[in-house]
Amino acid sequence: MIEASAPKRRFEMTRRKMILGGTLVGGAMVVGYTATHPMQVAGAIFQGGGPDPEPSAFGSFIRIAPDGWVTIVNKQQELGQGVHAGMAAMIAEELDADWDRVRVIDAHANFRAYGMQGPAGSNSIATNWDPMRNAGAAARAMFVAAAALRWGVPRKLIDVHNGVVSHPASKRSATFAELLADAARQTPPQQPALKQPKDYRLIGTDRVRRKDSLPKSTGAQIYAQDIQLPDMLVAMVAHSPRFGGRMAKFDPSDARKVKGVVDVFAIETGVAVVAESTFAARQGRDALRVEWDDSVAETRSTPELVRYYHETAARRTDLEPSDFHSKGKDAEVAFGPDAIEFAFDFPYLAHAPMETLDCVAQVSGWDVKIISGSHLATVDQVQAARAAATIPGRVDVEIVPAGGSFGRRGNLAADYLVECVRIAKRASGRPVKLIWTREDEMSSGLFRPMAHHRIWVELAPNGFPSRWRHHVVAQPLLPVGPNAQAVEGIAESPYLTAAEVIDGKIFSPNFPVPVAFWRSVGHSFNGMVMEHVVDQLARRVGRDPAAYRRAIYQRAGATRHLAVLDELCGKAAWGQPLEPGWAQGIAVHECFGTVVGQVAEVRLQDGRPVVRRVVAVVDCGIAVSPDQIAAQMESGIGFGLSAALYGAVTLRDGIVQETNFDTYPVVRMNEMPAIETYIIPSTNRPSGMGEPGVPPIAPAIANALLALTGSPTRSLPFLHGGAANAGFSNAGSANTSRI
Amino acid sequence: MRFSLSINGRIHHVDEDGQTPLLWVLRDTLKLTGTKYGCGVAQCGACTVHVDGQPMRSCSLALEAVSSAQIVTIEAVDGAETKAIQDAWVARDVPQCGFCQSGQVMSAVALLRAIPAPTDDDIDIAMSGNICRCATYNRIRAAIHDAAGRLGSGQS
Repeated sequence: MIEASAPKRRFEMTRRKMILGGTLVGGAMVVGYTATHPMQVAGAIFQGGGPDPEPSAFGSFIRIAPDGWVTIVNKQQELGQGVHAGMAAMIAEELDADWDRVRVIDAHANFRAYGMQGPAGSNSIATNWDPMRNAGAAARAMFVAAAALRWGVPRKLIDVHNGVVSHPASKRSATFAELLADAARQTPPQQPALKQPKDYRLIGTDRVRRKDSLPKSTGAQIYAQDIQLPDMLVAMVAHSPRFGGRMAKFDPSDARKVKGVVDVFAIETGVAVVAESTFAARQGRDALRVEWDDSVAETRSTPELVRYYHETAARRTDLEPSDFHSKGKDAEVAFGPDAIEFAFDFPYLAHAPMETLDCVAQVSGWDVKIISGSHLATVDQVQAARAAATIPGRVDVEIVPAGGSFGRRGNLAADYLVECVRIAKRASGRPVKLIWTREDEMSSGLFRPMAHHRIWVELAPNGFPSRWRHHVVAQPLLPVGPNAQAVEGIAESPYLTAAEVIDGKIFSPNFPVPVAFWRSVGHSFNGMVMEHVVDQLARRVGRDPAAYRRAIYQRAGATRHLAVLDELCGKAAWGQPLEPGWAQGIAVHECFGTVVGQVAEVRLQDGRPVVRRVVAVVDCGIAVSPDQIAAQMESGIGFGLSAALYGAVTLRDGIVQETNFDTYPVVRMNEMPAIETYIIPSTNRPSGMGEPGVPPIAPAIANALLALTGSPTRSLPFLHGGAANAGFSNAGSANTSRI
Repeated sequence: MRFSLSINGRIHHVDEDGQTPLLWVLRDTLKLTGTKYGCGVAQCGACTVHVDGQPMRSCSLALEAVSSAQIVTIEAVDGAETKAIQDAWVARDVPQCGFCQSGQVMSAVALLRAIPAPTDDDIDIAMSGNICRCATYNRIRAAIHDAAGRLGSGQS
């Protein structure tokens, strides 16, 4: 984020005024933003000794400088998804600020001021739609009130546009800068009037652009990896090569001989090597000799895990399922011989963000300073406090943009950050930068879970599903509660709406391989399952796959799916023949409230799917930032395509086999399809866009391959590589569909 | 061991093990952090710098192997091609997380210097060593064509 030299603390006088006349909720001075969440009140308590955000008369999210520049404080982590632009646009729209004189800075973690901080489930725009608009509208009302007083005219006759307040009748006008001192003394309205979507001047236009493209094109953007502080040490950690393994003993003597190595010691997660430079830390770690205790570690290989999943789905293990969706009295009764059976296998996936995991921490007594591409900043703050045995209010988390995350930095245990704090506790107050190598990152777990699906569908005489049995085996993503994330996108599917009998069961095995959120979470495999099954059903009853979906959406009242499908078929020229050897495949999937449809044009070349073009249509409610919606569609397709073609993390005797881009290939320039994105106009509240572009691409390809070859896809990735020997190839193919 | 390195037009004297990868000399010793670590094995291109004008992966170049070379990093790469590329990057909002983009820009500038009007195939060949996990590839391709067009029409 570009941070220009914003003047500091110009509003101390007005802040005092505000505290007398404003609203004090949960300890927070807020403008147009009411903190009612109980966690926010708790946050206020924990934050007791924490630093206040820079005071502003216009609330926590808006600062206006004497030159009229508006600084918007972005509470959500910028991971690449462009959220800073959307957050700023929501405020700037209601404030009627001049977008070209708006800058964005990243908030520090502060529950009291900002509430929960952290993109999850593509929620940033959706959950901040009201708070950000209210903040902007309240600040606008303060300028209007100040102008009305100065000019002696009614507020309702005052207009604001591009940072200029005007009274057209008398042709008087004043800039934000000219009215600033007066505006800052006004009392913000509790419920400021918000614009109607038809009146938007910024939201929904291509004027909403990223503010960080220049520093990200010149190398000037600073990430956690780039932090340089006086006296800073660099740490690397030797982790157990097996999940659940513990350090038994280690010999630091050779590591200590490496020039630049400062210290070597055991921590909870392994052995830390602390050095004066990154390369010295790396050499020191290479010189370490560590013995690991694998008595409770995972030592199985992927084929054994796949077999266990299959046995579990067949009820031949002692793992009991729970119902995630059940409908009809005889849901448990065996499905008849006419049931069409499907099975799918999905591998573990690593996130592999370009920036590996890293963090800077400094522990001085009770105080902790963190600089991190912190995905869930308020969670990270609490976890850092726990690790340092202090309170969150003494932990300052400075958020810097992350070089990607895709969910990896957003884990509730804050694994890498906690590790960094534990090392910093032993560094005598010196700042410590923890660097994980690519190999560390890819073998660290918190993978997208492996999954095995078995589905049995019976069709009614009209050709649509009447009975749907769906059994899923996948590790739980959260330590408590139902394993809801593993089945998201199944129960609410329009394909199940008309079914009379539904038997949805989830088997949730627990073993030491940690799993967590990966871009689009459960939708990452459930989109493939639902969309590839429905295509096979369509072909089985001799219907065009798009027409078959259309009929189901109509029966289910899935109007948004319907609109996406119709637009998609038009834009992609669905049904028009392509050149010989090419075929279209279609998929439509709802993820986190956003409906995305994609048509992929695919051919097989030497047994490899080649995707040349993807047409994508999205309904994400009001499109706050259309260009970033298109960017996220492109990104989601590229990310999903990498996983669909190549993505698989496998274990051999418990050890991860894919640890860098040579063994975990991802899509490169030469494999990227052309992408067209079309946005369905909407006046509904916005939903998210960071993840929903991912799920449809794999089934769109699988459905194109089905059209080309007649053969269904039963496992991902399409190109097995190392995974071919790991149990995925043709896994679950026994007696499956008879398409 | 002491080495004299020509980096961004200046001679730097560094006292490091000759096997130290150039990347870590740039980042840790000289604090030139625009060049990124992404994989350490010349797979991702995030560490791309120009060595005697050629785009190279600094994570896999030993210090002792480049001590007589002219090295240019993202901090100092300049000229008409660089300006055209960076302007086009901004105009199209190419970056997302941005972490790979230093390397992408270095590869793209080298491409335009070698082939002023690259075809899509030229771009595939020159840019496939640079991974972008945000998959900004289409915008990179379009921005390279934009920059080439601008240079070709003499508008730079």
